[in-house]
Amino acid sequence: MTDAAQNRLPGDLTVARAKANRQRGVRLNGSAVVMALYLLFMLVPIYWLLNMSLKTNTEILSGFSLWPRDLTFANYTTILTDPTWYMGYVNSIIYVTMNTVLSLAVALPAAYAFSRYSFMGDKHLFFWLLTNRMAPPAVFALPFFQLYSSVGLFDTHIAVALAHTLFNVPLAVWILEGFMRGVPKEIDETAYLDGYSFPRFFIRIFTPLIASGIGVAAFFCFMFSWVELLLSRTLTSVDAKPIAATMTRTVSASGMDWGVLAAAGILTIVPGALVIYFVRNYIAKGFALGRV
Amino acid sequence: MNKTVNQKAWFLVLPVLVLVAFSAVIPLMTVVNYSVQDTFGNNVFFWEGLGWFEEMLASERMWSAFRRQLMFSGIILVIQVPLGIFIALNMPKKGFWASFCLVLMALPLLIPWNVVGTIWQIFGRVDIGLLGYTLDKIGISYNYTQDPVAAWITLIVMDVWHWTSLVALLAYAGRQSIPDAFYQAAKIDQASRWAVFWYIELPKMTGVLLIAILLRFMDSFMIYTEPFVLTGGGPGNSTTLLSIDLVKMALGQFDLGPAAAFSLMYFLTILAICWVFYTVMTTLDKRDGV
Repeated sequence: MTDAAQNRLPGDLTVARAKANRQRGVRLNGSAVVMALYLLFMLVPIYWLLNMSLKTNTEILSGFSLWPRDLTFANYTTILTDPTWYMGYVNSIIYVTMNTVLSLAVALPAAYAFSRYSFMGDKHLFFWLLTNRMAPPAVFALPFFQLYSSVGLFDTHIAVALAHTLFNVPLAVWILEGFMRGVPKEIDETAYLDGYSFPRFFIRIFTPLIASGIGVAAFFCFMFSWVELLLSRTLTSVDAKPIAATMTRTVSASGMDWGVLAAAGILTIVPGALVIYFVRNYIAKGFALGRV
Repeated sequence: MNKTVNQKAWFLVLPVLVLVAFSAVIPLMTVVNYSVQDTFGNNVFFWEGLGWFEEMLASERMWSAFRRQLMFSGIILVIQVPLGIFIALNMPKKGFWASFCLVLMALPLLIPWNVVGTIWQIFGRVDIGLLGYTLDKIGISYNYTQDPVAAWITLIVMDVWHWTSLVALLAYAGRQSIPDAFYQAAKIDQASRWAVFWYIELPKMTGVLLIAILLRFMDSFMIYTEPFVLTGGGPGNSTTLLSIDLVKMALGQFDLGPAAAFSLMYFLTILAICWVFYTVMTTLDKRDGV
């Protein structure tokens, strides 16, 4: 009896909650459907590339199938054994790494200066950096070509790495500045009172505090240098030719090797896909130049 | 945070300044140099004044590329921004599924731009692509290499596929910052879903949405690689956007003077928009800071 009464007393509340739950359930399902459709839209083209990369060329051209009937890894073997293919990846990785290190090395002190001090022209400088991120690479393609040819850097990795600092240094400065603003200034002051010199404080105390920021900045420098084609293609011919350029050459040739092209595409997606999980909470911040 | 005035901070900025000066100022001055000179080859240059600028401003070729560019940027903004907001509102708020969605959604953002072009080039082909093949079987005539309308649709669907997630991720980040108390208050007031969106979520997202819109505008305004791989600017000139046209002019035909004048006007247009971007952002930063 008491049980029943107790059950009935908050009864209307329970009913209301059940109703709310049911409503939420319906809404959640609606959201789930929307998300499922959207993710499907995201994944189907990628799946199709993967599907093509696992087929032989005869199977690609002879018939239409939603999955590879005659599963083959020959396309991947071609890429991983042919130097003209795999050197593309090696070249890309070399200049991308150089660019990331270079960008972070110069951006760290600058971001610290912007986040801690105000000095003559700081706002204008900050804006000027941003304009470089917004500069169309097409505008710079020809002058870069002439500049690096004249100083003898054409077709070297360092040329591409330097060219990509055009948009990666501003990006790194902006992202790092966003993270550094979150570190209380009192930490700096305490360290200076304790007798730390600036370089020692910066390396021993400050850098560990913004480690995640540095990781995120590095990821985005890596990414934007990795996905860029126009400048890296213009500045290289043979020795430093990136994988992206190797791929476009194959596209424009007659008698296309679709399977190998698809496999090469899949392999370029791998680096991003591998680390994406670790930066998932900072993706928005990175793409918005540290301003979220 | 109140900052100390310290002119010595310039020394910390110096490396950035030197590096960016090398990779931005010198090339830009080269462009300025070309834009006011003419040459008959052999590195002999003579003063041309503003002739190239006048020629480019009168050229139908540049204006039609500019119109196509505006149309492209306009269409993708109209599609991506509402779609991005809609997706962000439907994303799970926390837990495993939130991470799951975040990771999968961000995938297209991290694919090299020429591979994005390649993916859609293959995907849209009538003989071997899923999209082209399916449309063809349904009976819709679709051939993006010959039909300008199909080329445009493919281009836009490709960009929506590539970048909508960016808008969605930013809108999602904005939505995550809304305290639960706001929703509870709305529940007490028995506000409808629409009212919650219109009076709580949208105003709270304005800041990030502005960033999203302006980033999408900038990046779509300088898009090069994806349409270059997908259509190469064709069929005819129907998808020749500003960057494609510029590269054709500068590296293909080596018309240095006109290309340089074109570059400068292109860059100044972006710079003007960029200034608006910066002003809006700093104003918002200030408003949030106080």
